[in-house]
Parts: sequence; structure tokens; C-alpha cells
Amino acid sequence: MDAILLQILNGLDKGGAYALIALGLTLTFGTLGVVNFAHGALFMLGAFCVVGVQQLLTLAERVRDPSITFFEAYIEQPYLVSWFGDTGAMIIDWVIPISLLLAIPIMLLVGIVMERGLIRFFYKRPHAEQILVTFGLAIVLAEIIKGWFGANPIPVQPPEIVRGSADIAAWFGLDANLSYPWWRLIYLAASLLIIASVFAFLNLTTYGMVVRAGMADRETVQLLGINIQRRFTIVFGLAAVVAGLAGALYTGIQPPNYNIGMEFLVLSFVVVVVGGMGSLPGAVAAGFLLGMLQSFASLNEVKSLLPGIDQVIIYLVAVVVLLTRPRGLMGRKGVMEA
Amino acid sequence: MDRAHTSSEPDTATDTGKPQSVFHRTSGDVPTQLPPLGPEMAPMWPPKRDLAMTLLFGIVVYTMPLWLQPFGAAYPDLMQRFAIYGIFAIGFNILFGLTGYLSFGHAAFLGVGSYTAVWSFKLLSLNVIPAIVCSTLMAGVFAVLIGYVSLRRSGIYFSILTLAFAQMCYNLAYSVLTPITNGETGLRVLSDDPRVVDSLFGTADMAVPRASIFGIEMAGMAGFWTCATCLMIAFIVALRITRSPFGMMLRGIKSNQTRMSYIGFNTRPYMLTAFVISGMYAGLAGGLLAVVDPLAGAERMQWTASGEVVLMTILGGAGTLIGPFIGAVIIKYFENIFSSLGDSALMDAFSFIPPAIEKWVVFAVSPFVGEGWHLTLGVLFMIVVIFLPGGLIEGFRRIGRLFRKGR
Amino acid sequence: MVENTVLHVADVQKNFAGLKALSDIDLAITEGKTHAIIGPNGAGKSTLLNVVVGRIVPDEGAVVFDGTVITGKKPHEINQLGIARVFQTPEIFGDLTLLQNVMVPAFSKRDGPTRMTVLRGLDGDTDIRILAEEILEDVGLAGKRHDDANALSRGDKRRLELAMCLVQRPKLLLLDEPTAGMSRLDTNRTIDLLKKIKASGMTKVIIEHDMHVVFSLADTVTVLAGGRIIAQGTPEEVRRDPRVQEAYLGGAH
Repeated sequence: MDAILLQILNGLDKGGAYALIALGLTLTFGTLGVVNFAHGALFMLGAFCVVGVQQLLTLAERVRDPSITFFEAYIEQPYLVSWFGDTGAMIIDWVIPISLLLAIPIMLLVGIVMERGLIRFFYKRPHAEQILVTFGLAIVLAEIIKGWFGANPIPVQPPEIVRGSADIAAWFGLDANLSYPWWRLIYLAASLLIIASVFAFLNLTTYGMVVRAGMADRETVQLLGINIQRRFTIVFGLAAVVAGLAGALYTGIQPPNYNIGMEFLVLSFVVVVVGGMGSLPGAVAAGFLLGMLQSFASLNEVKSLLPGIDQVIIYLVAVVVLLTRPRGLMGRKGVMEA
Repeated sequence: MDRAHTSSEPDTATDTGKPQSVFHRTSGDVPTQLPPLGPEMAPMWPPKRDLAMTLLFGIVVYTMPLWLQPFGAAYPDLMQRFAIYGIFAIGFNILFGLTGYLSFGHAAFLGVGSYTAVWSFKLLSLNVIPAIVCSTLMAGVFAVLIGYVSLRRSGIYFSILTLAFAQMCYNLAYSVLTPITNGETGLRVLSDDPRVVDSLFGTADMAVPRASIFGIEMAGMAGFWTCATCLMIAFIVALRITRSPFGMMLRGIKSNQTRMSYIGFNTRPYMLTAFVISGMYAGLAGGLLAVVDPLAGAERMQWTASGEVVLMTILGGAGTLIGPFIGAVIIKYFENIFSSLGDSALMDAFSFIPPAIEKWVVFAVSPFVGEGWHLTLGVLFMIVVIFLPGGLIEGFRRIGRLFRKGR
Repeated sequence: MVENTVLHVADVQKNFAGLKALSDIDLAITEGKTHAIIGPNGAGKSTLLNVVVGRIVPDEGAVVFDGTVITGKKPHEINQLGIARVFQTPEIFGDLTLLQNVMVPAFSKRDGPTRMTVLRGLDGDTDIRILAEEILEDVGLAGKRHDDANALSRGDKRRLELAMCLVQRPKLLLLDEPTAGMSRLDTNRTIDLLKKIKASGMTKVIIEHDMHVVFSLADTVTVLAGGRIIAQGTPEEVRRDPRVQEAYLGGAH
């Protein structure tokens, strides 16, 4: 029982990450009609926002180590601690939440620059060329990050108070032994929050509704005299923000390295295709579905029944879905079929 | 109506013994023999030009040890890789260049080829020929299976399907298929392998097992000559395919698949054949990788490896015959030479510049070499896709045209 | 001479999301004749052609061609039986030369839908080459045989597509508005060309808006409106039919 509950949590967690990336990816499909292979790189940039902020905050000076008195010893002490004492230490401890706030404007800017500087020249070009140029961009971004931060994963700690595990069994009054890392629970909650905000933005604001109308029928919206292009640029920025936040939050789960975007990119493409190109609910549903499936496929009971299933389940599902439902689970007609 | 003069009967059932036009021709107009081969009936491709191209290609390939000297690339290990990845890219181009279907899973066939070749060394013989034949055929079998399923969809869906299959192969090779692939360690030839055929001839005992062709060991230049010969054969076959009716149909599919089916073609068998041929090329390349170094690892199947062959083909020029080879050479050259350049080598290279400026030049260039060669690759690749979608070959053509106009 | 029915569209129905695109279409096309289908926009003319070539499978009814039921067959199988179609927007191979454009369908006619000649050069097939050259000559495009098809004008693209169909010498040729968007001069050249084809005895079905074209080519005319056949007969009969004047010709004729 508790094993199954644990797998459900694991699945929701993975699903949250998949859904977030796939959501951004499918936003760019739906609005701009562009296949963006650099979307994984945006995830990676978000993660490195955190790393960058952490390095800034922990800039240190050499001070005498007060705990050693019989000879002169020095330790590195962050300026923040020297200046603000415990408050400074707390700021450093809360690096991920602080970076999240900074990541929003940074990623928005990155997204807009990317769209205006490169992507817009590729609207009319074949999908193969879109894939290729964004693939090139992904390599370039990854290499820049590698040049700046090095090739090794850089550990980032979530704030002290959520570093341990939550005793979930106790919440539900179960006497089972079920604990789960706090940060993963927060990740799940945050991804649900972000997904909900994106949907609220698209469904409840006038701005978002125009964008959705533009996704469905670009020409008509343009005939109404609305500059849909500008809105789509903003939406690309929004997609970058979603990917960036997903990456920034993920640093608390896995220390980021320059290649993390590529690893997630392949999976998120599969998620988008399974969900249906251009379908936002499809991307979210497929994200959670695949996360859940993968989580259950790695149960030992399942693995002993079907060896290797945990390694291929996502791709297997993708193949089956594509062959039985050519447009994915919730795909619209006419998207990406050229 | 007088049906005797209409030509709606089946093919060639006319007294002139050749297919006839739909139109009535007055009896004087009906040609009773083939029209003379005037300038407009010249062959569609001058055979001499193909012959010249083949010869030129052969000279370029076989003289690599000479003309690569000034570039510091004339050592067998690197030249072998030029030839092998040249085969891989030429084969990939048969699918992508001719039909326009972008496969993101071709590395799977490369890996399958490598594993098969190593198993052939282990079980049959250290002879190269059965190894590369087996690896080509085994990759063909995989290509039939993967192609049959993937080709049910087109466009990006096809790309994702091939990617999914390749990732499955990769993940399985690392996990449950470890008995076959030896997992992360990689599959290698051991001195106590059975080698059934070799032991029949009593040549099975060897301290350090190496692949060979009838006694010539695949060490040093022998390996390069073998790979170069395979590349030549691969090139000639690709040339024939491109110039054949089949090649024209493939380009028809790329250009307008709807039209192909409305003029009576069942396009899927054509696509599958192209996919399998291209997979077999990848298998051959994978087999040769095992020939020059009898070790096969799963990382050869990773999707980045599939991406690499796409890069090679696009960089050189998709749809051209020579382009993919050029792309393969450039990328492998960058990988080996550029990545080994350090700051001191740069200082040497720019020593002709006054020292004050030299420091800045080296500072500007250094992120692009050594560890950062991928950055160069990415930038180069973006530039090519943005400004030269036809690849470097297209660039050469444009330059050639400029010169001709300038005169 | 006995008049043979080449194509019989029998009681075909097709609904799109509850909308009746075609209802109770019953149509017989006589061998060797030119048959025009006219009707206002949205009358179901192109849908009817799509049903014949296998792009759309009808909900009810059948299409019989040359004694074979072809409903449910794939487009390439139907073409192999001898039906070729010219589309409303030219469907040609833009990246191929004109000569190759015409040779490709000739290969399918000679070798069937799947035969692959992989390792022999194109130049081995002299018969196909000569045939393609002749057809290009006949439609007046021989001078551009080595140009890429993308470089052609719209009118030339239509002529090329026609040549691609003619090279197969189909038993039945379907033309979807062969003169739409053409200049008067081009239209007249196309009419001449179609007349020459008619003289060869090929059966044709033409969808056309231009009454000048219809009355100079057609032996029989079918009028569609709202997915139904509202009149059939010789051009003169149809012209005089009051229902047709009401539904389609209006006061213009």
C-alpha cells in the first residue's frame, strides 16, 4: 500500500516536471507553429539562473577564522554574512526562492530576444529547418553555460526548513512508513500552481483569450485589427518563463549541469506528441500520465514481470499512441501535419 | 467513332513498337523510328560527368594521407573516422536528402552494426568481411522493423517515432540487454572467444585479437584502406541510386507525395526501401567502427549521435552526393583537431600579430577551441541553416556563380 | 456503335459533420465523351471528383469503373486502373525538371505501383524518355524541359500537370477547373488542347465555371447544386432547363 502511494507521489512529481516543459513547448507550437528544439536549453538556463544567483550571493572574502585562536587561520566568508550576519546567511539559504523571482524577468527577456532575434525568421521555413536551427541554438547555449560554469553538476540546496522529508503517513493517519522529501512535494505544488496560472492567463484574461483565438484561427484575429504577432512574441516569452521556472525549481532535486536541458528535451517532445501537438490540456495530461506510468514501471514487481519495461515505457507509449491516435491524445486537426 | 486510330489500348500495342502519344498524329507525322538523338535528347545526366565525379572522389579519398598532411589530420585513426562517418552520412542522405524524411534515430543502426560486428568477431571469425556483411544485414533487419512502423506517420511525427525507437534501443542496451551488449563496459573481443570458423582453420589462437582480412591486420593504414574502399563502394552505390528511376521517385515523394499516389505509386514500399538502404549504410559504418577498434558501446546509439549525422548531412548539403561526406569530414576534423587546440597553440598560430592585439585575439578565439569546440560547431551550424540551407555545397555553387559572372 | 459506360457513380452519399455534401448522386459517364459538371460554389463538384479518385470514401453508394467497384480502393490503385486527375491547384513536382515530372507517371504506368529499379540509370528507359518528350511537345512545354517545374507560370503548371496525366494515357481523365485563373489566350490554348485530346477518344470529366469552355467542349452536362444533381443532358438542353437557370445560370445566360 505505502509502496503504491510512494509511486503515485513519484509519478506526480515526474509528471509535474514533464507537464511544465511540455506546456511551454506546446505553447510555441500552437502559437508560432515553430518546433523549438532549444526549449530544453531554456529549462537549463532557468536552472543556471539559480546557480548564477547562488554564486553572486556567496561571493566571499577571506576572514580570520575566529574558532581557531592559537595560529592565524582564514576562512571564506560570504560578504552577505559579513555585512548582515544571520540575515545574510538566511538570504543565501533561500537562494532558490529568490532566484525564482529573478528568473521570471530574465527568462521573459531571453524568450523575447530569442523570438525576435532568431525564431521569427523561421516561421515560413520548413519544420526540418526549424528543428535544425533551434538544435544548433541549443548546442550554443549549452556550450556557453559549460564555458562559464564548467561541465560538472553544481549542487544547490533548498532552504533549510524544507530540506528533510515529510512524514506523509502521519498526515493520513496511516501507520505505514512513508516519508517523502519536502522539496519534491513543493515541486509538485509549484508545478500545479504554474500550470493553473498559465491556464488562468489564457482562459480568464482578455489578452489570453485573444491569444487562444489566434492559435485557433490566426487570420481572422488579424482581420480584427489585433497585432497577434506581438502577443505571440509575449507568449514565447511566457513559454520561456515556464520552462525556466521548471528548471530553477528542479535544481533542488537534481544538481544542474549544462546538459540537463538535452536530457529533458527528448522526453518533453515525446510528452507533447503523446498529448497532441498544440493542445495545452493534452500536454499536461500526457505529462502526468507518462510520469505516472514511468514511476509504476520502475516498481520491482513490474520489472520482474517485464524486464526492461522501466527503460522503454515512455517511448513505447509514444509509439502506441502515435500509431493508434495520429494526432496524440487531444491533438487538433491540421497542426504540424505539413 | 473510329477506334482504330485511338491509342487507349494498353501499352506498346502499336505497330511502331513504342509507346505512343495520346494525340492523333496524321500518318505523315507518326515517326516510324526513334527520333535522332539531337541535343535535346542528350542523356539526362552526362555519364562522363558521373564518371569524372567518381574518379575525382576516388582520388580525393585515396590521397587523403597526402593532402591531409598540412592540416595535421593525416593519421589513420582520424582518416578512418572520416571514411566511416562519410558512409554514415551518405547513407543518411539517401533517406533525408532524397525523400525529406528526417530520422532522429539513425544512431540505433550504427550501434546495431557495431554490436553485430563484434559478435561476428567473437563467434565466427576475426575476418573483416563476414563482420561487415553481418552488421549491414542486421542493421537492415532492424531498419525493416523500425521503418515499417515509423513510416506510418510523416513529418515531425516520423522524427519522434524514430527517436523513440532509437532511445528504446539505447536504454535497453544499457539495461536488460547487458548479456548481449555488456552494458556500460562495452562489448569487446577476447582472446578466448570461440571463433568457430577461425578454429576450423587453426588460426584461432591469438594473444591480442585484432580484425583482419586474410591475414592483413587492421592496424594503422590497413584499417584506413579498408574503410576507404568501403566508402568508395558506398559512394558508387549511392550515385547509382540517385541516378536511377527509384531515386527520381524518391525525389518525387519529397516534392509532392499526394501527386505520387494520384499517379499510381504506392509510396510506402519506396519509403521503406529507402529507409532500409539508409539503415544498412549506418550498419556498415557501425561495423567498420568495430573493425578498426573491436569495441562496441551503447553510447553510439544515443540520440546525440543521431543528431550528429543530421548535422553532417545538413552542413555539407542535404540532397547532394558529395555534401554529406564533406560535412562528416569537417565535423570529425573539428572534433579531433579543434578540440585539442589549447591557448599555447593559439599563441603560436597568431604570433604574427603584434603582442598587444594578440592577447585579445587569443582571448576572443579561445572559447571556440579546445573544450569549446562544440560551440564552434553550434555556431557554424546555425549560420549554415540560417544563411545557406543548401549546405556548404550550395555555398560553393554560389561562389562559383559569382566568379563566372565576374568574368 | 454501342455506347459503353466507363464510369458509373451509383447513389453516392457523403456527409461532413451532418452536412450533406453529396446526396443520391447517380451519374454515368459514356466512353469517349466529354462530360462537364457545373454548379455554384459548394455544390459538391470537387467532392464528387474526390470520391471517384479515392480521396474520400462515400458513406453510401458505390463507384464502378470499367466493371470494377473502386469505392474503398486507395488512390494509387484507382490510378492504376486508368483514372488520372488534374487538380484545381496544380499538384506537380516542383523540385524536378519538367521532363522528370512527366517521366515519373510514365514509369508508374509501365512498371506498376511498386516496382523499383534501384541500380540502373534513368537513361536506360529510352521509351519513357521519348514518350515524355513527345507529350511535352504536344502541350507546348518542350522548350523548358530541363527547367525546374517551380519556375513555371501558373498556366504552364496546369499544362504540365495535364501532360503528367496524359502521359499515362488514362481511360478516364478528370479535370478540376482546368482554365481557372487563366488569361483568355491561355484558356483558348487549353481548349484547343482539350479538343485534341477529345479527338483521341479519351473520356473526360471536366468541372468548369467558364461556360465558354463548357459549351465548346462538353457532349453532356450535369448540373449540381447543394450536393444534388438538378439537371442532366446536352449543353443545349441544360441551357434551356428552367431549374438550372434558376439555380445557377441566373440571368447571366
